[in-house]
Amino acid sequence: MEKKTFLIRGMHCASCVRVTERALKKVPGVLDAVVNLATEKATVSFDQQKVSDQKLASAVSSVGYKAMMEEESQSEDQQKIEKEKELQQLRNKVIVSLGLGGLILWGSFPLLMNIAPEILKNFFVQLLLATPVQFWAGFLFYQATIPALRHRTANMDTLVAIGTTVAYTYSAFVTVFPTIITRTGIKPEPYFDVATIIIGLILLGRYFEAKAKIGTSEAIKKLIGLQARTARIVKGGREIDVPIDQVRLGDVVRVRPGEKIPVDGVIMEGESSIDESMVTGESIPVDKVKNDTVIGATMNKTGTFTFKATKVGKDTMLSQIIKLVEEAQGSKAPIQRLADLISSYFVPVVIMLAIATFVVWYVVGPTPAFLFAMLNMVAVLIIACPCAMGLATPTAIMVGTGKGATNGILIKDAESLETAHKINTVIFDKTGTLTKGKPEVTDIVGDVLQMAASLEKGSEHSLADAIVKKGEEEKVNFMKAANFKAIPGHGVEGIIDGKKVILGNRRLMEKERIKIDEKEVERLENEGKTVMMLGVDGNLAGLIAVADTIKETAKEGVLVLYRMGIEVVMITGDNQRTAKAIADQVGIKRVLAEVLPDQKEAEVKKIQKEGKKVAMVGDGINDAPALAASDVGIAMGTGTDVAIEAGDITLVNKDLRSVAAAITLSKKTMWTIKLNLFWAFGYNITLIPVAMGVLYPFFSILLNPIFASFAMALSSISVVLNSLMLKRVKI
Amino acid sequence: MSIDKLLVALIGAVGIAFTYWFFLMKKETEVEVVDEVDIKVSRGYSPEVISIPKNKTTKIHFLRTDPTDCLSDVVLSEFKIRKNLPLNKKVTIEVTPKRAGEFPFSCGMNMYHGKVIVKE
Repeated sequence: MEKKTFLIRGMHCASCVRVTERALKKVPGVLDAVVNLATEKATVSFDQQKVSDQKLASAVSSVGYKAMMEEESQSEDQQKIEKEKELQQLRNKVIVSLGLGGLILWGSFPLLMNIAPEILKNFFVQLLLATPVQFWAGFLFYQATIPALRHRTANMDTLVAIGTTVAYTYSAFVTVFPTIITRTGIKPEPYFDVATIIIGLILLGRYFEAKAKIGTSEAIKKLIGLQARTARIVKGGREIDVPIDQVRLGDVVRVRPGEKIPVDGVIMEGESSIDESMVTGESIPVDKVKNDTVIGATMNKTGTFTFKATKVGKDTMLSQIIKLVEEAQGSKAPIQRLADLISSYFVPVVIMLAIATFVVWYVVGPTPAFLFAMLNMVAVLIIACPCAMGLATPTAIMVGTGKGATNGILIKDAESLETAHKINTVIFDKTGTLTKGKPEVTDIVGDVLQMAASLEKGSEHSLADAIVKKGEEEKVNFMKAANFKAIPGHGVEGIIDGKKVILGNRRLMEKERIKIDEKEVERLENEGKTVMMLGVDGNLAGLIAVADTIKETAKEGVLVLYRMGIEVVMITGDNQRTAKAIADQVGIKRVLAEVLPDQKEAEVKKIQKEGKKVAMVGDGINDAPALAASDVGIAMGTGTDVAIEAGDITLVNKDLRSVAAAITLSKKTMWTIKLNLFWAFGYNITLIPVAMGVLYPFFSILLNPIFASFAMALSSISVVLNSLMLKRVKI
Repeated sequence: MSIDKLLVALIGAVGIAFTYWFFLMKKETEVEVVDEVDIKVSRGYSPEVISIPKNKTTKIHFLRTDPTDCLSDVVLSEFKIRKNLPLNKKVTIEVTPKRAGEFPFSCGMNMYHGKVIVKE
């Protein structure tokens, strides 16, 4: 039995659902059909031997609807086509309105009209040219205004519709009844140029704004585009290509050189170098061998391998990243609250100001008072630009979070992005954050690796693991250890090649009365290493130092933070000497040692009480309470889990330099938002009074409504463009 | 002051008072939602104000029939949702509110507004 879900177009009521379901159920071989009006989807279970896509589609079309069998996979492309169609229509309207408006301007503007053909100076011709602009190109302003008024709301379209209608209606009246106007002492001159050019310029602004806005959501589209479309599954010795959504957990997938890895999984066989930059932001390809994790949508470079799918569909790392970025882009930054509050009152207040402008100019203005009053009122309605205020914050947040995601920095929400710019103290957890979290052999004094590794083979201690691993790496010949015995708190002993071999700490050596090289041991301990001593038949044969090595990016990551003027603190459960040694290696000056995991949260709060804004960097597992307590919790990505609950920011690239990069990104985004808001508010606060004519009594300056529309169009475009500049910022 | 000026001043004052009353003193009509609700997106949201229960998943189906670019995104910031609304295509958003209160939603440019009231 096969199950298929597809879109149905044209349904608009519950009875459509019943009709469609009935038609589908009538197709021979269909076992069940469920149609959902809300999602406009039908889910059909059928016998694939008897039913084809075509049969289902014709059953749907027989009752008057359309089945879109391929719709889901095409929806992205279709959306793009629809968007392009909308833009094309807008462009046509811009060309027509500016073209006709230009002709009217030529025939009516004081200097230009001297060289204009007579026909353009005719008011009736101007009326003829202005009418399609007002009611065809400008139709969308009315289309938006009338229902909005029904809801008792107003928006920018309302302002444009009122402003241009006033100019157009007055001009039409002057054209048809010039004598009535003359009788009032006003020269009968129409203002069709004002109405048409305003519409043309505002539409032009919208066209550019819509084009620029596409760029703000580019990051998410890029991420979605990374997804592989098919996977090569190995089943019963055969390889079959299947669509990505048919890959199931546990499927074995083969990947060849140059191919995209379809889903997340663990390598079963083979090895390769994999470019993970597109998902994690990690620029250097990573070598992967058996049992290593691979990430879906990353690029296999050199080898061929098979892997077992461990995460598919919405659980893959890429899907989680997309979800996280979408969520962040939907969240609201606290800084936006003021803009929200103002924009909810803005349009009605502008309408009131426009009425007041008309009244004041009419009552106390110079003659012809009516013309001054009308033109200034139109200028006030047109200059006001609530759009710029609305766009100021969200566009910057969208570009900022998108920029972060492409660099392996996932920001949970706009609030975290906003808070991060105030951070002046960064606390690093040591184990697993500054260090790799896996002890490694760092020093071997004397030829002792073969014996030590052979002896430790039987041990389960984590330090023993490091020594055995080193032995395997160096390809030593493991010898058989007899009478192996672990001495808790001391070390291990056994017989190798007929000799009594012991490996352990200072206490074990003292117990066996073996003299040790104190100077060498101390030197290694001062470097933050754990020293193991090997004794053979009562004599010291050599030393092995084991340490948790620091990450390659730790030192530089810390240095960049210091350069930014940020205090860096290391927190660890280690003793003072080891902690100090590690801190020295990465260049951290302030160390909080011997802090038990459950005390880390209290330490964070203590630093916050010093008046600091704290970012805590950890792995998000044993330091989750500390991450949650800090102002911004930065979690280092582990494996393919990106949605670390306690973290406000997740660094999927595992690069410690990204801590500074995240703070820089936050600073740049906040700067862009502040600049946008300053511009948007400043623009309205400055130019609305100018349009009202406050400068007229002092400098005789008035704002021509045409310039007002030009400035208005420019203001919202400039906000979007300023946000897009964030894309170029280096972090 | 001549009669026409007096008349214009009077009409202006009435106009300002009317604008204030009309836009800023309106009462919102709230639609109580049980499981799901259709919101038509055309020159705003209809219904504009919906009330939904706490701790229960509610499906909100948005259908945009208005080509205005401003309405092409809907933002429910409390729920961290920003969704693109393709023209004439229903988009379903599921919300499971964890706390009661009034949470506004808006178009991508924050020009058109609606409200979700979460009740205990």
